[in-house]
Amino acid sequence: MTPFAALFAAIDATTSTTAKVEAMRAYLASAPAADAAWAIYFLTGRRLTRLLSARAIGDWVSDATGVPGWLMQECYAVVGDGAEMAALVLDQMPVAPDAPLGLAAWLETRIQPLRGQPPERQRDAVLAWLRQLPRWERFTLLKLLTGELRVGVSQTLVVRAVAARAGLPVTTIAGRLAGAWTPTAAWFDALIGAEASADDLSRPYQFALASPLEPGRDTLEALQESLGSPSEWQVEWKWDGIRAQIVRRADTVALWSRGDEVLTDRFPEIRDAARTLPPGTVLDGEILAWHDDAPLPFAALQQRIARQQQIARVAKSVPVAFVAYDLLEQEGVDLRDRPLADRRQRLESLLRDVAAHPMAPAPVPDGRLPFDPPESGPVTQVLRASAQVAAGADTWETAAAARTQARRYGVEGLMLKRLASPYVGGRRRGDWWKWKIEPFTIDAVLIYAQPGSGKRASLLTDYTFGLWDGDELVPVAKAYSGLTNDEIAEMDRWIRRHTVERFGPVRHVEPVHVMELGFEAIARSTRHRSGVAVRFPRILRLRPDKRAADADTVATLRAMIRDQRAPAG
Amino acid sequence: MLTETPIGLYCAAGDFHIDPWGAAPRALITHAHGDHARAGSQAYLCADACLPLLRQRFGADVPVQGQPYGEPLTLGGVRVSFHPAGHILGSAQIRIEGDDGVWVLSGDYKRAADPTCAPFEPVRCDTFITESTFGLPIYRWDPAADVVADIVAWWHANRAQGLASLLFCYTIGKAQRLLAELAAITDDRVLVHGMVQPMTEVYRAAGVRMLPTETLVERPRGTSMAGELVLAPPSARGTPWMRRLGALSDGLTSGLMRVRGVRRQRSYDRGFVLSDHADWPALIDTVRETGATRVLTTHGHAEPLARHLADLGLDTGVLRTAWDDERGADDRE
Ligand SMILES: [Zn+2]
Ligand SMILES: [Zn+2]
Repeated sequence: MTPFAALFAAIDATTSTTAKVEAMRAYLASAPAADAAWAIYFLTGRRLTRLLSARAIGDWVSDATGVPGWLMQECYAVVGDGAEMAALVLDQMPVAPDAPLGLAAWLETRIQPLRGQPPERQRDAVLAWLRQLPRWERFTLLKLLTGELRVGVSQTLVVRAVAARAGLPVTTIAGRLAGAWTPTAAWFDALIGAEASADDLSRPYQFALASPLEPGRDTLEALQESLGSPSEWQVEWKWDGIRAQIVRRADTVALWSRGDEVLTDRFPEIRDAARTLPPGTVLDGEILAWHDDAPLPFAALQQRIARQQQIARVAKSVPVAFVAYDLLEQEGVDLRDRPLADRRQRLESLLRDVAAHPMAPAPVPDGRLPFDPPESGPVTQVLRASAQVAAGADTWETAAAARTQARRYGVEGLMLKRLASPYVGGRRRGDWWKWKIEPFTIDAVLIYAQPGSGKRASLLTDYTFGLWDGDELVPVAKAYSGLTNDEIAEMDRWIRRHTVERFGPVRHVEPVHVMELGFEAIARSTRHRSGVAVRFPRILRLRPDKRAADADTVATLRAMIRDQRAPAG
Repeated sequence: MLTETPIGLYCAAGDFHIDPWGAAPRALITHAHGDHARAGSQAYLCADACLPLLRQRFGADVPVQGQPYGEPLTLGGVRVSFHPAGHILGSAQIRIEGDDGVWVLSGDYKRAADPTCAPFEPVRCDTFITESTFGLPIYRWDPAADVVADIVAWWHANRAQGLASLLFCYTIGKAQRLLAELAAITDDRVLVHGMVQPMTEVYRAAGVRMLPTETLVERPRGTSMAGELVLAPPSARGTPWMRRLGALSDGLTSGLMRVRGVRRQRSYDRGFVLSDHADWPALIDTVRETGATRVLTTHGHAEPLARHLADLGLDTGVLRTAWDDERGADDRE
């Protein structure tokens, strides 16, 4: 219990994510496997069902310390947390240390057997334990008993710490931590074990990324000159959703975001549809909120992203589809070196086959019921091949014309992919281009925040955004509006916890959040470090699906100046 | 003996106010904190040891007179004396003896040892007016040496990471107590905000042994502050002054930091529970030691303390107006 409580205290005592990760790594390196397993259980936000109410514990503490009920209530009004208040009041009770007991033993031999015991026995046991423990351990125990233990770390940080402890890639650990598991010593050993486990089967490929087609390079002549004939290109809509891979191998299915996040259980309809794919299949595509035959705005999808509980209910109001762009693996064979034209053909025939003869869904390993089929619709509603735009045209005019319609279809623009190209992870210029509707949008990283004025003076609402210049983020724009009140409040909390440095009211935050900014015009500027000034920047939306490293560069922004007068579309 | 007036507690028999917040002809001052010693009165009387602090705060022109601890003085129909309160340098309880028996007004006080000031002396009385800033059983202080060891560990860990350690504390009393407690552990020079330095010099002149200090302004421009310990008043937080420190970790020393939610809400990296006020057990013990049968509480959690003392069989009441000021209970010194 003591090392875990010390870890909890260490995480609580810093706002630095590096320090938090290091504290977790050090704990995981020294804790026995069974304790480490339980620690991860709590660090990843899992909780015990409430064993005891804070009220009952308060009554016992009142009896044991002689602090009357009314005075306990006065204390509660100041502390605002029953477990902490009880631990503080208990401080007057001297500690009679007992032999140390590990976290797992505490949970398995003491805390959990308490469930269902008569209240007097629960009281006697809890008070006896509390007498043995110092202050912070008392607090930790009370939080465990009331099912309220919350440690201030994100899943991403836990994954980083476990990966550092295990010396394994972050994706491996993220994959192994996804889904349901029981905290046991064997589970922890498997989690950090080097041998390929069944879970590693769910690893995705590195995503291939497109480069923006800069303004000035997107006139019909320039396209013809730099890209050649459109017949050598696959032209698709650039969907505005979450880029993801479906990994279907052996009897597993996993849905991965580009941020190495496992989304499998967030989108049960995609998970279940993917089970009908033959094993050894990996699809690259986009998760979209989808109704009837059209995508819903990204904001709709955000409701699904935000929701971790009651997924089935939100899924009814916001159905989703997976629009497949590419087939990366078929029958267990890596297809990435083959030309896109070949992969595309295979993708289309695969999806046709599945629609015609869907495989029986594979058995669900953890005994969950498959997602309710009437709401999810047939497989073909959920798994789709991305539509081709202007296929077979021999001038870029058709594509350019389609692009002007992009807004109407709720898409961001066009994707141009060379039909002869292999699938190459990362951003490699030349074969994949994104041709957005609005030339003046960038994905920028939040780097500074400060309080707003007027009604919002208590919230950090004024953001400064940066773009990459080499490996440095250079400030390029300040923006105040564009987020919902809920998003602002959420960001405010996040910023306060992730401030790296403060200069007066200005907080330098960890470069984590990517937001899409839109603006009306750009000009050269000697007053700005980036050399560029943007006019009327505004936040178009959060991009939780993007990592800071995926944000745009200053060079992209500078290139936009060159042809401001080019028609936007 | 004492009555509440719009400018503070008034003793008619002696014709003086105690810690008035408005202009009074004669003001008796318990200690030099801003919520107790306010400018504007015509004449001030305080403990001898408090004299240089009041001169520093009010300037040399204001008539301030000192009185040695324990030596009575007759004012009108009452005998008045000052007794150490252990709160900060020169802090005093004020004992008033007259026709209504013996009254003692505690001012702010603590019972824990403090190398910067004389220790609290319990004074027998009939009516005791006690402060109750931390008048709840959740407030209980660890030994100062433990807290200071935590501060040093935090400072050294920050130094190892190339961070400055910015510790917020009140400029009168807390900063000097820290500098004196730290002197038992290290000889390192500590940087201070410009608002901390003048009072620190007053303490030094009074013979209090503390770590050497230097203001940020004295450091050559461009010198790195990484690894330094810097003391500053909470009001300096979020001001451009902080820019000179570069990357830092910050902390607050206050009894309020006992509550995790308060620390998190104010988003300090660290909270160090070190207070110059009495904690709950010290409040109860002190009331007992005075032998008072009537106890009035004031400051902070006055009502719960009064109710608890009433449950113990004492005649109690709450002084609502004394020392109340616009800052609210949270930020009293
Ligand atoms: Zn005070
Ligand atoms: Zn004070």
